[in-house]
Amino acid sequence: MKVTDLVNDLGFAPICMPDPEREIHGCYIGDLLSWVMGRAQADNLWITIMSNVNTVAVASLADVSAVLLAENVTLEESIVQTAELKGVNILSTSLSAYEAAVKLSGAL
Amino acid sequence: MSDHLNFHFTVDGDNFVSAGQASVQVKKNLRELGLSPDVIRKVSIAMYEGEINMVIHAHGGTADVNVYEDRIEIILDDEGPGIKDVELALQEGYSTASDSVRSLGFGAGMGLPNMKRYSDDMRIDTTVGVGTKITMTIRL
Ligand SMILES: Nc1ncnc2c1ncn2[C@@H]1O[C@H](COP(=O)(O)OP(=O)(O)OP(=O)(O)O)[C@@H](O)[C@H]1O
Ligand SMILES: [Mg+2]
Repeated sequence: MKVTDLVNDLGFAPICMPDPEREIHGCYIGDLLSWVMGRAQADNLWITIMSNVNTVAVASLADVSAVLLAENVTLEESIVQTAELKGVNILSTSLSAYEAAVKLSGAL
Repeated sequence: MSDHLNFHFTVDGDNFVSAGQASVQVKKNLRELGLSPDVIRKVSIAMYEGEINMVIHAHGGTADVNVYEDRIEIILDDEGPGIKDVELALQEGYSTASDSVRSLGFGAGMGLPNMKRYSDDMRIDTTVGVGTKITMTIRL
């Protein structure tokens, strides 16, 4: 499935999608950045509640296909711009990480 | 002596906003060189963890990335406090990070283990009170 499908099929809200056609394979959930760095796989959807500028750097370097901010967590506008520049897709949802993963799992 | 490309960075200490910038730039440079996504990812992860460690534990330092025909070498050099017990620091979960740093998502004690895991070779030269130099090699 593609990042755009997260919006169209699953109803997650786009925050920024510079690379909407990117394919998603699998999912990783975590808020501790070094765990994500070490354990997330390339092309995963990364679900987290950690939203600061380091989230964007980790997403870019770990090469995940998108970040999904759970529990209605928001992102500062300046960080959204950084993400846009770095080609990092970010979406949000009011669901918990668990609920979002269940929803994703049914669609993958 | 051999021909190689060098990317040099000064890493700002205690600046969490720009933290990771050198790694992001290296990723971009390696992409332009046409290296494989797998290699780029390994270098990105290993370098980012080392860069962040210099920011949060050593008040910054310098980073050098050397691209050779057969390998990429990452050298992180700082004049921070040094690491007293390297074996302990390499264990998963060991961290001396402050609460404020932890609230940003750091401090899981997974950085050095990640650096070891994503590089083919890692050497740590450290002296308490003098600084730390970490050299990582990723084979192409
Ligand atoms: N450049 C450095 N200078 C001084 N001490 C360091 C340096 N790098 C690591 N350390 C020490 O080694 C410990 C373990 O490092 P490691 O990167 O594994 O974990 P962390 O940085 O504390 O947390 P994480 O990387 O998971 O965010 C650190 O908490 C710190 O005490
Ligand atoms: Mg670390």
